[in-house]
Amino acid sequence: MKQLTVLSGKGGTGKTTVTASFAVLAGNAIVADCDVDAPNLHMLLHPRIVETREFKGSKLAILDKSKCVECGLCRKRCRFGAITERFEVDPIACEGCGVCDLVCPVNAIALSERISGHAYISKTEHGFMSHAMLSPGEANSGKLVTLVRQNARILAERESSDMVIIDGPPGIACPVIASVTGVDLGLAVTEPSMSGIHDLERVLQLLGHFGVRPLVCVNMSDINEENTRKIVSFCKERDVEVVGGIPFNRVVTEAMVKGKPVVEYAPRSDAAAGIGRAWKRILSLLEL
Amino acid sequence: MAVNTALSVGNVQFLDCDVEKPNAHLLLHPTISLTEPVCVSVPVVNGELCDHCGECAQFCHYNALFVGSEKVLVFPELCHSCGGCVLVCPRKAITEQGRRIGTLKLGSAGDLELVYGELEVGESMAVPVIREVKRRIVDGKDVILDSSPGASCPVVETVRGSDFSVLVTEPTPFGLHDLRIAVRVLENMRVPFGVVINRAGVGDRGVYEYCEEKGIRVLLEIPFQRRIAQLYSRGIPFSAEMPEWKEKFRAFFDEVRRLVGG
Repeated sequence: MKQLTVLSGKGGTGKTTVTASFAVLAGNAIVADCDVDAPNLHMLLHPRIVETREFKGSKLAILDKSKCVECGLCRKRCRFGAITERFEVDPIACEGCGVCDLVCPVNAIALSERISGHAYISKTEHGFMSHAMLSPGEANSGKLVTLVRQNARILAERESSDMVIIDGPPGIACPVIASVTGVDLGLAVTEPSMSGIHDLERVLQLLGHFGVRPLVCVNMSDINEENTRKIVSFCKERDVEVVGGIPFNRVVTEAMVKGKPVVEYAPRSDAAAGIGRAWKRILSLLEL
Repeated sequence: MAVNTALSVGNVQFLDCDVEKPNAHLLLHPTISLTEPVCVSVPVVNGELCDHCGECAQFCHYNALFVGSEKVLVFPELCHSCGGCVLVCPRKAITEQGRRIGTLKLGSAGDLELVYGELEVGESMAVPVIREVKRRIVDGKDVILDSSPGASCPVVETVRGSDFSVLVTEPTPFGLHDLRIAVRVLENMRVPFGVVINRAGVGDRGVYEYCEEKGIRVLLEIPFQRRIAQLYSRGIPFSAEMPEWKEKFRAFFDEVRRLVGG
């Protein structure tokens, strides 16, 4: 089984648009939406959920006011500022480390598991999908990503699918790291802006750090052709292959509004053609 | 959005809290006056004092310690620096040392003061770097914080303590979907907020209908214009080249000030 992660430094570069189209072109791949705090892929692939599981990613301190003697030890030791002056636990600040429970002389604090989100296994028109939803504001998205990828692997085996396509979150921190470790290819979708280039640099460094072979795709490549050339030569210097550009076309947004992958909505458009070329190259690189 | 507002209003402190991919400095070209490492505390086990009782590993909720029969392994990248292992060790064999996970930079551009953090590539925890950036907040000035996208811990850490939050979205189904999530985060945190619609004119009316239904104020609309997109792509804050926008950003900021009563 081969794994491809589609990622981008900044948000809004067209990562999900590309992933959804890949899902259509692949036909029978398992798709994993690892952007668990703001997933969008389901809006294009319309999965029917067949299985839901609670995600208990972290713990939360619960303070029993009737036992508390307000000695202040927990407040003093908590490094996250999660015990308020009125001796209440701030659930947003609490990281569930258990230090307050450890130091409390009267056993007024206990840790409880908190449900930080849900993981789903679903069916789409183009095969199975593994996805999740982190509860708004929760931490530990990296762990939830790991669960989504685990589910995707299980699905791939069960459905004898030879490929998992992963839609990664933006950025470079824990959920991104969890989305790229051990995959065969990392496709960085970028746009030809100064910040796009800067973010691309960081993403390529990240892929290098984890030994993942990088590929680059430039979305809206004709918005600033000089910057697109910059990206191409910058990639050349680093021996990174650019699998093509996707020209700016209003059909991309229209497809999104209609809730359809662009290769389905406007299969003859130049944007769809750009995505198709990138996909062909990926398949040959993965020897599929 | 944040940079254009800061430039138009002037004399503010600007904190780029998007430490995974800070970009404000690319637009502001600051003179950097201070560069400092950002470190977190991680445990160090003294092998001579340790008797491998395993209490530390049992306590640690992040699995950052593994006690073998001969050696204790520390996985610093999993550590949240809570200090629990130091407290729980019966032989006082654990101390803490700093481990670098990022860089803090201070600088200025004209009358703007810029603070930003940069998470090292391969490091997973953005929150301690954001905390360090926010520790540089000075009293007496208006502070604009630029947050990372999404709705998880880095966003929460950035927004904590703010008087007001501005949600920038675009009028598309993706924009609306992510906006709804962000609204839930801010409602939970009880931080007042308003919406700015970027790339107005593309997509559909969903975001407008949602805001109206929820009674959320739309503070500003930035139309989708090739000129704005091109200036952005060249790393130029568009208000610098389109003076009529300076006025709009100033009016927007005055409105925010009025809403927080300051």
